[in-house]
Amino acid sequence: MSLNRLSAITRKEIIQIRRDPRSLLIVFLMPAMLMALMGYGISLDQKNVPVCVFDREGSQQSQDLLKHFQASIYFNVVMVNDDYASLVRAIDRGKCSLGLVIPNDFSEQLRNGGEVDVQGIVDATDDNTANLIFGYGEAVVAGYSNDVQLQYLSSNGFATMNAPVSVQSRTWFNEDLDSSNFIVPGVVVLVMAVIGTFLTSLTVAREWERGTMEQLVSTPVTPLEVTIGKLIPYFALGFIDTIFCEAIAVFWFQVPFRGAFVMMFLASALFLAVVLLLGYWISAATKSQLAASQFSLVLTFLPAFLLSGFAFPIDQMPIAVQAITYLTPARYYLTLVKAIFLKGTGVAPLMPQMFALTLFATIVGRMALRSFRKVLE
Amino acid sequence: MENSVLVRDLVKRFGTFTAVDHVSFETQPGEVFGFLGPNGSGKSTTIRILCGLLHPTSGRAEVAGLDVVRSSEQIRRQIGYMSQKFSLYNDLTVIENLRFYGGLYNVVGGELDERIRWALAMAGLSGREHSLTGTLSGGWKQRLALGCAVLHRPRIIFLDEPTSGVDPVSRRRFWELIQELSAEGVTVFVTTHYMDEAEYCNRLALIFRGRLVALGTPTELKLNSVKGEILMIEASPLGQALEVVKTADGVRDAAVFGNALHVVVANADAAMTAVRTALDSRGIQIKRMGRIRPSLEDAFVALTSDGATRTAPSRADARTKSSCH
Repeated sequence: MSLNRLSAITRKEIIQIRRDPRSLLIVFLMPAMLMALMGYGISLDQKNVPVCVFDREGSQQSQDLLKHFQASIYFNVVMVNDDYASLVRAIDRGKCSLGLVIPNDFSEQLRNGGEVDVQGIVDATDDNTANLIFGYGEAVVAGYSNDVQLQYLSSNGFATMNAPVSVQSRTWFNEDLDSSNFIVPGVVVLVMAVIGTFLTSLTVAREWERGTMEQLVSTPVTPLEVTIGKLIPYFALGFIDTIFCEAIAVFWFQVPFRGAFVMMFLASALFLAVVLLLGYWISAATKSQLAASQFSLVLTFLPAFLLSGFAFPIDQMPIAVQAITYLTPARYYLTLVKAIFLKGTGVAPLMPQMFALTLFATIVGRMALRSFRKVLE
Repeated sequence: MENSVLVRDLVKRFGTFTAVDHVSFETQPGEVFGFLGPNGSGKSTTIRILCGLLHPTSGRAEVAGLDVVRSSEQIRRQIGYMSQKFSLYNDLTVIENLRFYGGLYNVVGGELDERIRWALAMAGLSGREHSLTGTLSGGWKQRLALGCAVLHRPRIIFLDEPTSGVDPVSRRRFWELIQELSAEGVTVFVTTHYMDEAEYCNRLALIFRGRLVALGTPTELKLNSVKGEILMIEASPLGQALEVVKTADGVRDAAVFGNALHVVVANADAAMTAVRTALDSRGIQIKRMGRIRPSLEDAFVALTSDGATRTAPSRADARTKSSCH
């Protein structure tokens, strides 16, 4: 390898990037846009779910139950209906996502110590949301039942009696159960995957399309020199982007950063190497800018979104799909980023992921080198 | 040989299309070797094979004594190549392009500065170092490309249609540069489809439909390939005249060259009388008629029309023979 040739390629590439406003837009505007779009657009939280109530009894007890709902951060009672039909209409029109129907013998049955059924009608157009609403709703009702039982017991002389077993749960790493803490680091991974591959996907194809490649490959330059020389400036840009995105995550979205910077740099460098090489490989193999940019989007965005564990938990996927996720570099980087951001995990437990990314970089690098050939056919 | 090219039985096929068909030749050190032929006749393919950019289907080719397939990297260090399409970076300035290729050929430090100064002077670009290459006119671009290709003082340079699409003054200037390089002992391998440019070459290979149809100095080609003498006839209407002349006694071949006919005849004096009679009888007006020395174009027409008629039956023969066995 010749340093003269390597630095000639790198310098030329830097000049071309500087003179091409498009590439600067990709580097600086695209990550900011993607972060804003996905950071705000994707939220798995259900807070302030609108609730409609048809209280057939209107008693002290039924109002108590409703107060429990109103007190919860998850629900917001927006409408009180006088009949069943208007409740259904409210759900139909999307005015509320949960309709509660309290029976007319609610307090009487409670007094008799029997079981009371409260009807909940959930708009299940989005089944995921519906499940969450059900879960929260049951929790509120259970809390109310608990209170009722305690009241009953205390009024019967068991004043200090507590429930025999209770779960005291603590949530770690994301104490507020704030889904943006979970999502924003994932968005960083998505953005890096897309930008990284996109940055390099044009670099070789452009030279083929413009005809400059024929002159380049007639010189003694080696494929390794071209590859490394071209990747150096993009690596620097990619790194700036990584820091940029992570700064947005920490300072704008207020995601805690508990890990070591060194660890984050190392993981990001490895992932960047993988995605930049992937883009370069696509570019060298397709020799067409249009095809390369399409391929790079499909090959990075979709797997990073669907298979990395970002949108769907991997352990709930079918076995065959789970197997495919192992071939998705974003999966490893996502694990690393979340662990470093939220848990502050040290080096040792993350070695398998680091190793996987190193392996990917090596393999993709090999393929990239091989697809860059110094002949024209 | 350190700076020559040797080609033996070279064949290059793209699928069923044969771009280069059993071509053999060799160049002498320090000569300007021209590869002359119409577009699509296999010139670029041959030059690309010699520069290691394409692999031959069969046959052998050596550049500077090195095999083009096995030692293509060593060859690349010793040659300069200028592709047919302008292929420097339009978004780089003149000096940036020169520095880039200097770096690729490992020309550094004071040597690079000196070579860049030389290249700028040669291309007439001194003072325009910082212009974007894309803003230069065709002639400047070609000379800059030549400068980039010879920064590392190669002993052999390959120029693929270097003057296509360049104005006549720039073309002339470019050929002066080629002569200068040749005078310094550089072997110049150049393809062209301009007949007038071919006259500048020391030796010429005429290539047609992938086949080498003749090889020699321009003078040899002109004298040897045209069997007989050549008449130049200016007449009107020219198209009718061509038809009539072709059937006149003693005429072997006739073709339109510009606004006149070039007619190949066995004996000029006898044929002139026959042609005059034939044209007069059809009422075609003769403006001028006389004997001329054959040009390269005459040679090319003679060789390619012969070649075309000769190849067809010989191929048919080969097929009949093989089917008999």
